[in-house]
Amino acid sequence: MTEDAVRKWLPAFISAAVLGVFAIIGSTLVGVSYQGTVERIAQNERDALLRQMAAVLPHERYDNDLLNDRIEILAPGALGDRPTTVYRARKNGQNVAAIFSPVTTPGYAGEIVLLVGIYEDGSVAGVRVIRHRETPGLGDKIEIKRHPWITGFAGTSLNRPSQDRWAVKRDGGDFDQFTGATITPRTVVAAVKRTLEYFRGHRDQIFTRTAETEAAGKQQAPTHG
Amino acid sequence: MAEVDYKRITLDGLWSNNQALVALLGLCPLLAVTNTLVNGLGLGLATTMVLLLSNLSVSAIRHWVRSEVRLPVFVLIIASFVTAVELLMNAFLHDLHKVLGIFIPLIVTNCAIIGRAEAFASRNPMRAAAVDGLAIGLGFTMALMVLGGMRELIGQGTLLDGAELMFGQGAAGWKLSLGEGYQGLLLAILPPGAFLGLGFMIALKNLIDRKLAQRTPLPTPGADTAEA
Repeated sequence: MTEDAVRKWLPAFISAAVLGVFAIIGSTLVGVSYQGTVERIAQNERDALLRQMAAVLPHERYDNDLLNDRIEILAPGALGDRPTTVYRARKNGQNVAAIFSPVTTPGYAGEIVLLVGIYEDGSVAGVRVIRHRETPGLGDKIEIKRHPWITGFAGTSLNRPSQDRWAVKRDGGDFDQFTGATITPRTVVAAVKRTLEYFRGHRDQIFTRTAETEAAGKQQAPTHG
Repeated sequence: MAEVDYKRITLDGLWSNNQALVALLGLCPLLAVTNTLVNGLGLGLATTMVLLLSNLSVSAIRHWVRSEVRLPVFVLIIASFVTAVELLMNAFLHDLHKVLGIFIPLIVTNCAIIGRAEAFASRNPMRAAAVDGLAIGLGFTMALMVLGGMRELIGQGTLLDGAELMFGQGAAGWKLSLGEGYQGLLLAILPPGAFLGLGFMIALKNLIDRKLAQRTPLPTPGADTAEA
């Protein structure tokens, strides 16, 4: 190489080297923080998931490793367009309940992700909303934090109230709607009903299918969509 | 080297050159997460942390990064710190992390941070850069908290709702409420409420500045001298 060429290219190489050094420093920083937090984050996510589960199924009702006794179910028209996770709760080897995370048809502002616990006899253990984008102050009363409405599902089943009463009051059913927001509760009621129907039709498969434990590292919370 | 005027740097960051109210930088997170006071505080502190770290490192390396690659280097530094802060929040403030969601990684796009790196930290010694980072960050945090508190109070009639996300279960009782009867003004919670609220805050700041200028005949400190 001639001296001219060196003089021409050297600054560019120095710049590239500086940039490279900082890329290495930056990635090291990110790598170290990841290594330092990864376990704690996984633990946080498990805890958060278990807390959500506890709201739809009291934890003294089961003794199995709920988070790992799960299967993926794709049931368009019943549980949503994407595969959803179903957790099976058992005590002393007896089937106790299944926890679904159905996705509703669009409410007033996009789909709503629910967590629905259903006892083995087909009655609802509890329902909670995991994610939604309904209007603050109106539709967001489906959140337990804003309004106790969602607790009204506990104890219901496809026979109680009867099939044709599974709707909001405005539609001639038994469930309250909110002032100024009918679409949101209507969507939730319909989704819970569809989940119950799916459970009635597939109960045996749901409890007997082999658990997809840690399959391909899919440690996915139902909050992920 | 000229004497560093720390008082001036602090005042500029907190008030005269407040990034949210004067420079109008970082408006995306400012408007998106300020539906409660606690959310504002959380994002503000995370931003302050990143600002402090990035200002310090940019100032430390200011003599040996060639000027043509300085911006990519700043971006690398800021992105690394934001990722680290995000991971730490996920690990130690998990619930708050969930509420703030995408807006924590988005701190990286807050122009205020690269703005300070370029306009101040890359031209000043480390101590001054650290003071500037803290002052700018706290000024931003204050703006977020005031806007968040205002929207929370008007929109849902509470203050400090969700304090337990940040300060642990013991803080659940800190929540103040206007009473069960208060229905809340929906507008304040929706995005237009954020714009209106910010507008009122800027107007109020300008009003105070004018009052101060009338009282003292001295010229008010202008924009940041380091700013191009």
